[in-house]
Amino acid sequence: MEEINILGAGLAGLSAAITLAQGGQKCRLISAQSSERAQSVMAEGGINAALDLMGEGDSPELHFEDTMRGGAYLADEEAVRRLTFGAPDTVRWLAGLGVPFNMKDGRLVQRSFGGQKKKRTAYARSSTGKMIMSALIDECRKYECSGLVKRFDHHGFLGLNVREDSCLGLRARDIYSGEVMDFSGRVIMCCGGPAGLFPGLTTGTAANSGYAAARLFEQGVVFGNLEMLQYHPTTVAIPDKRCLVTEAARGEGGRLFIMRNGKRWYFMEEKYPELKNLMPRDVVAREMYFVRKEPDSSGEVMLDMTGLDGLVWRSRLPDLRAELIHYLGIDPAKEPVPVREGIHYFMGGIYTDIAHRTSLRGLYAAGECTCQYHGANRLGGNSMLGAVFGGRTAAEDILCDGDQAADFNGERDSGSVTENEPSDAVKLELGEILYSGLGIVRSAEGLCNALDRLDELEERRGTFPRTRLARAMLLSAMERKESRGAHYREDHPERDEKLGRPTLSRYKNGVIEVSIGEGFE
Amino acid sequence: MKTELRILRRRSREEEPFWQSFIYEAEDANAAVSTALNALNSREELTDTEGRRADPIRWECSCLQKKCGACAMVINGRPALACDSKLSGLGPVVTLGPLRKFPVIADLITDRSAMREVLREMKIFLRAQTEVSESMTDIAYEASGCLQCGCCLEICPNFCTGGKFGGMAAALPAGRLIEEMDGEGREELLKEYRKRVYEGCGKSLACRDICPAGLDVEKLMVNSNAAAVWKALDFLRKKRHEV
Repeated sequence: MEEINILGAGLAGLSAAITLAQGGQKCRLISAQSSERAQSVMAEGGINAALDLMGEGDSPELHFEDTMRGGAYLADEEAVRRLTFGAPDTVRWLAGLGVPFNMKDGRLVQRSFGGQKKKRTAYARSSTGKMIMSALIDECRKYECSGLVKRFDHHGFLGLNVREDSCLGLRARDIYSGEVMDFSGRVIMCCGGPAGLFPGLTTGTAANSGYAAARLFEQGVVFGNLEMLQYHPTTVAIPDKRCLVTEAARGEGGRLFIMRNGKRWYFMEEKYPELKNLMPRDVVAREMYFVRKEPDSSGEVMLDMTGLDGLVWRSRLPDLRAELIHYLGIDPAKEPVPVREGIHYFMGGIYTDIAHRTSLRGLYAAGECTCQYHGANRLGGNSMLGAVFGGRTAAEDILCDGDQAADFNGERDSGSVTENEPSDAVKLELGEILYSGLGIVRSAEGLCNALDRLDELEERRGTFPRTRLARAMLLSAMERKESRGAHYREDHPERDEKLGRPTLSRYKNGVIEVSIGEGFE
Repeated sequence: MKTELRILRRRSREEEPFWQSFIYEAEDANAAVSTALNALNSREELTDTEGRRADPIRWECSCLQKKCGACAMVINGRPALACDSKLSGLGPVVTLGPLRKFPVIADLITDRSAMREVLREMKIFLRAQTEVSESMTDIAYEASGCLQCGCCLEICPNFCTGGKFGGMAAALPAGRLIEEMDGEGREELLKEYRKRVYEGCGKSLACRDICPAGLDVEKLMVNSNAAAVWKALDFLRKKRHEV
């Protein structure tokens, strides 16, 4: 019997493994670190589903509309429909696994999140990701004990085993022993976004090196919307990285302001009277960037949470308060917190159809490494939904596609036994180059400069999978000559309706190809 | 602020350990041990205090904000997370070593898979779908917060890798499910809890102040003990009375 290989043991990987096991399908859960270390444990604010428990007349249709609008109509419409209509069952499934969601009068409570007109986000105080992960880890253990799920922790991805246009399995190295292993069978990639291309500059895990995504790209897998990076409006600098201040802080009443002529200017409330501080993240981040540049503004944008009452701090945001006191020495219940935009999420990634199939037969993908659900901007609360729903859906679809076990027989074209990676110093330099070109405000000039610097870096230090993926990101941003969602071009500030299609990119015959909506031969 | 990091190194589990020191000058007052390790490994050429070239220091990290437990190690003699240990509070010379209760893989990396094995052996999983009752969300939330970092096991006088006693790292996940389960599955789990946690715990409570996630391990254990032992005894007493 074929064993399915799942790369990555976070929300998407665990959800896929559990779903496969429930269908009687054996699988391997392969990851560089154990599930407790996955980026998913860092997710804070909550998970969206139109359960309509707050008496506001919410519906999956409204969730669908908010997600499509929030993503600037770049997401896969059919996939988003499936996601949003499947969301209530997804959250009920999680509640049934014992996730301690916040409750009142025996029912889940839902809160406001950015870009949404209804209270739709179910949550467990401010550690929702950790709570869901703990429940999924326990649930997965059931199938580990029955032999349906076999874990391979501390295994680093080296590459896919590919024959012609089919994925026959993957190759990984045991980080502890150094042993290289080939795992045959179809593959579901749940490896997270390419955050590792921006070391120290994101809110995510430092364990994601970005190598898996870069290697897949090098092996010819088609990617989509690589220019779409989400800058979260409210992050703070801590010594090793950016640290997230959850959007729930604004959902619970936190207000953004900047000092203007010596007075507090609540710019979001003035400019966007309907959703105020809870506009979609791309809008808030951009406004913050621009108000800092206003001639009569001074200092940083501040997040004022001093108006939140004691009950909110105790029962809904306790971890956030402890974190800010620990890292910044600021008690947010007593004084405003200076915040800046920080890279938080990658809407772009492996291009899939709604069944989570990639351009390579036998290769599927789910979670943040894919690009179908969030378009040009992800709504808060939709990432955990996308990961759990995506993992389950990919697993269901792989079961529907039938047993396609291909005999591996030692044939492969992935030859490498170590990661083809540059030194940490080169990784840092590459991160700076990308950051300079792919900021909140972009231009052809800035992107050209970044590409020139990348040429020079490759000439000096060599070409690596990650430099190729980095180039594809810059070229994707160059190709999209419009402003849409998180991609804002000051030389093309308007949206171009003709470009409402995904930016596809691939590496073939030594050339990086990028096209908007045209597809490849 | 200049810090000397004195690190117990080991290239592989087959090779002998040795001490090696590095100088790190923190630019940020909030710099942690993790900041220093990242900075040392990012140098084009890493040299020790003797001026000798050194291999990159192997350690595990992920979230860098004490949410994942990856970077647990022994810092100045106590188990802690590297990302949660600010250099400013550790003195001019900081010693770093791997957790001692687990097999060393290299440098500061240990194989903590024994923790997972205990959870599997205890069959810590739901037997059927459930829902947390509103009154139990506090306990479930606290118990779900365990990082599985191993700090509590490192300091526990009763835990040894491969032994019967699972320690707090087993007690917490079990505690969540004890509250959420009923029927035969709950009885099975309570039996395992008595055998693998309650009977092995010497009540030293060394784990009480060490948890990097700040979990109230004492409260959680008291709660599970009540279910596994005291309520069971009460039940037996009532049974005897009926007879």
